[in-house]
Amino acid sequence: MGYHAMAINQNTLTIDGKDVHFEQGQTIMDAALAAKIYIPYLCHYPGLPPSGNCRLCVVETNGKSVAACITQAQAGQRIHSNTPELNVVRKMITQMLFVEGNHICPACEKSGNCKLQAMGYYLGMHEEHFHHFNPRRALDASHPAIFLDRSRCILCDLCVRASRDVDGKNVFAIAGRGADAHLIVNTDSGKLGDSNLDRNDLAANICPVGAIMHKERGYVSPIGQRIYDQQPINEIALGEHVPEHKERDHD
Amino acid sequence: MTDQKIRIATASLAGCFGCHMSFLDIDEKLVQLNERIEFNRSPLTDIKHCGPSDIGLIEGGVCNADNVRVLREFRANCKVLIAVGACAINGGVPAMRNYFDLRECLEEVYLHGTGVTNPQIPDDAELPLLLDKVYPVQEVVRIDYFLPGCPPPADAFLQMLMPLLDGKAPHIANNQLHYD
Repeated sequence: MGYHAMAINQNTLTIDGKDVHFEQGQTIMDAALAAKIYIPYLCHYPGLPPSGNCRLCVVETNGKSVAACITQAQAGQRIHSNTPELNVVRKMITQMLFVEGNHICPACEKSGNCKLQAMGYYLGMHEEHFHHFNPRRALDASHPAIFLDRSRCILCDLCVRASRDVDGKNVFAIAGRGADAHLIVNTDSGKLGDSNLDRNDLAANICPVGAIMHKERGYVSPIGQRIYDQQPINEIALGEHVPEHKERDHD
Repeated sequence: MTDQKIRIATASLAGCFGCHMSFLDIDEKLVQLNERIEFNRSPLTDIKHCGPSDIGLIEGGVCNADNVRVLREFRANCKVLIAVGACAINGGVPAMRNYFDLRECLEEVYLHGTGVTNPQIPDDAELPLLLDKVYPVQEVVRIDYFLPGCPPPADAFLQMLMPLLDGKAPHIANNQLHYD
């Protein structure tokens, strides 16, 4: 997208009082990340189409709450993001995500590399507050290299988008609605082992939690050397994007 | 008043005592702490019932009727009650039985499990009644502060306790938070 000198002056908004330039067509999230401003998110991934699932990127503009990842940037918008009020809301969303699934960090191979957990740290979550659902959800270990533990799935649908838009395979989908929504595998048997998912696919590597995991890779990094042991999620997120070679593979 | 020692009670419910071990891991600072505190009911003293205390530390979730009794006794006697560790805060590893019926668990362990001899489900009257699920402590009583971790690092115990000894609200920094 080309941009013109005139457009630069017009295409400006503010986030927490800071001037941010954006290009026409960008979302508030795109503009914020380009300006190295962190807005918390779990279901966004720069380079994939946004879906507005997790609502952690809630920001306020013109007295309204909107999801930054699916709201177009507009000239003159005054956006509030990093406020105590919004961070309390974000913490509550995180707590709800925790109690809806089975997130027992000490027994999870994703611990230390998990974005849900890292979000809890970032937002100062000391406890889950809400009553636990304790759901019993199907585990799928039929694939030789990847296992699927739906009890940890937060329905961000990143694997759905990655498989469809980057891998070109459509391995995953979300079925059901509301409390019945769940991750399914697009094969006759419904089993991951019958799909053409490869361990190198973006869909096999994009899960923010411990739902889609590589077999025989549990606890490879010792405590202290895992991603979020070393850096908080707000710093890691600013360097995150779909690897370019993955996109080219299927163009 | 200032000479009076702060009284601390501790208990491990459905936990592994790992949090207590981590507490003891503050090493020589225990000596410094000991000048200001005394222990009431605790596995460290072997006092069996919780008397009036300033601070109660609860490790472990609530898995049986005895855990409920101990937890309520703590709440009734402690001015400040702190949930210590992953199991107290969300049930932790013991709560992984929550995805199955209690009967399924008992039958798997005592009747059909690998290597079981003389299969029978224990039902001695001395055994506390198991609850249907393992509950976080704050689903049973009100909790004042939470100290996450599996276990919480030794220093986190000091970060929690030292301000309380001075009558201040403790603050655990976000970068000190760990759920594992």
